[in-house]
Amino acid sequence: MSFRGRAAIVGVGELKPARYTEGETTIGMLAKAGMLAVEDSGVPFEEIDGMLVHPIAEASFLVPSTMAEFLGLKLNYAETVDLGGATGAGMVWRAAAAIAEGRCNTCLCLTGARREQRAGGRMGWGGMQDRSPYAEFESPYGAVGANFGYAMIANRYMYEYGVSPEQLAKIAVQQRYNACANSDAIFYGEPITTEDVLGSPVIVDPLHMLEIVMPCAGAAALVITSAERAAKLKNNPAYILGAGERLTHKAITYAPSLTDTPIKAAAAAAFDMAGVRREQVGLASIYDCYTITVLLSLEDAGFCGKGEGGRFVEEHDFRYHGDFPLNTHGGQLSFGQPGLAGGMSHVTEAARQVQGRSGERQVKDLEFAFVNGNGGIVSEQASLILGRNR
Amino acid sequence: MTAEPFQISRPLPRPSPFSRPFWEAAKRHELLIQRCAKCRTHIFYPRYNCTECGARDLEWVKASGKGTIYTYTVARRPTHPAFADRVPYIIAIVELEEGPRLTTNIVDCDPDSVRIGTPVEVAFEDVNEEVSLPVFRPA
Repeated sequence: MSFRGRAAIVGVGELKPARYTEGETTIGMLAKAGMLAVEDSGVPFEEIDGMLVHPIAEASFLVPSTMAEFLGLKLNYAETVDLGGATGAGMVWRAAAAIAEGRCNTCLCLTGARREQRAGGRMGWGGMQDRSPYAEFESPYGAVGANFGYAMIANRYMYEYGVSPEQLAKIAVQQRYNACANSDAIFYGEPITTEDVLGSPVIVDPLHMLEIVMPCAGAAALVITSAERAAKLKNNPAYILGAGERLTHKAITYAPSLTDTPIKAAAAAAFDMAGVRREQVGLASIYDCYTITVLLSLEDAGFCGKGEGGRFVEEHDFRYHGDFPLNTHGGQLSFGQPGLAGGMSHVTEAARQVQGRSGERQVKDLEFAFVNGNGGIVSEQASLILGRNR
Repeated sequence: MTAEPFQISRPLPRPSPFSRPFWEAAKRHELLIQRCAKCRTHIFYPRYNCTECGARDLEWVKASGKGTIYTYTVARRPTHPAFADRVPYIIAIVELEEGPRLTTNIVDCDPDSVRIGTPVEVAFEDVNEEVSLPVFRPA
């Protein structure tokens, strides 16, 4: 039985992204965001009976019980979700499914990361402990981190279909405009132009610095509860209407295609389940570690055809008051990427927008939002449809 | 108290029981890949079972060493601290004549002239006495 419309996001808690959080622990940051979300939801603390969290460096195993004990939660459902940038969206449908199945009634979803200036080696790939095929066959060539992989995707896309540097830059520029209506965004108050993007240094051909997400610290949490419980709370619910997930590879080397991505299957499943058409979507909240990620996602989620991404970007206005509102919080490119809370920021923004409490950047008459989470190098994909009504 | 300088060495392969024949061959400057005895699909990287049909009957065959550049990037900034003195360098996915793709470096090639579709052939970078890495250069 489908969980369509049977659960809703009712509470959101988010720490303002910061470049560094010296001395903080990830556990502590998750707790702060979690308690903000509980407070925001209006659900009494002792009613929380489910929790999802992701792997965290400072607690190498038994992460759910570590967090439950720290917060004082007594849980009937708990697990880790390990889907990289798709973790946040992946948590949402797992929570909804667990609620629909009666495993729990109200589920707390926690994401976040601390960050210290001295810490180096942020990706942790290729270390001596890592015996994955990735460490053996990719890292020795300097294929470490994510920049190189998205650069290779961009070059292949340009070869197969073509997209101009100006078209890609427009994504970064318009998302920055949106971030200037979000005082939590790390680049709030710093508008940029196409010339700024194309004039910023090339880090890995063909990606410029301003097309690349900036890692930072932060945390984001959600409270998800049953539709019945949601109806009795103060916030408008953001109903979980559809979800899809797909993953096919870890290293981009072994992806079936570099330009035809698993986003396609994840998004199609989410739209099918929700019974929503692409043209009904009033907000696209799409994972944007790089500008090319947005382009591929727009195509593979079905908002335009394959190879038409460049033209779609040119023809549409992605600002929060535009004809195709996209990443109205600024996207991670302008909001910042606080670890896995970066992917979750696409969910928190979509939820608040659907709930009608986004202030200056509120999208008018919003009925449905599409969310996509993207992990690794276009590896793990999780798509959601959130709606104002069941 | 002074902090030790943060040294990060180049990541190098640690062979597994599945991959050891590959790395032993690389030391001899030979490129071996696996082929499924049942469906004849060539496989890279070395595995336990065929990723196409699931058969657990993979045999080692010598690859031609020829392929084409499927995609690439030029790192203008180091992607890993151990590569700092190499910039600019080319990371690429090469599609082997036999079908599989692998990630590698393109050597003996001007970073500004590298193109998708360029024919390449295998070469070997002897990193130390234990490790030789297959790399590729324009054919």
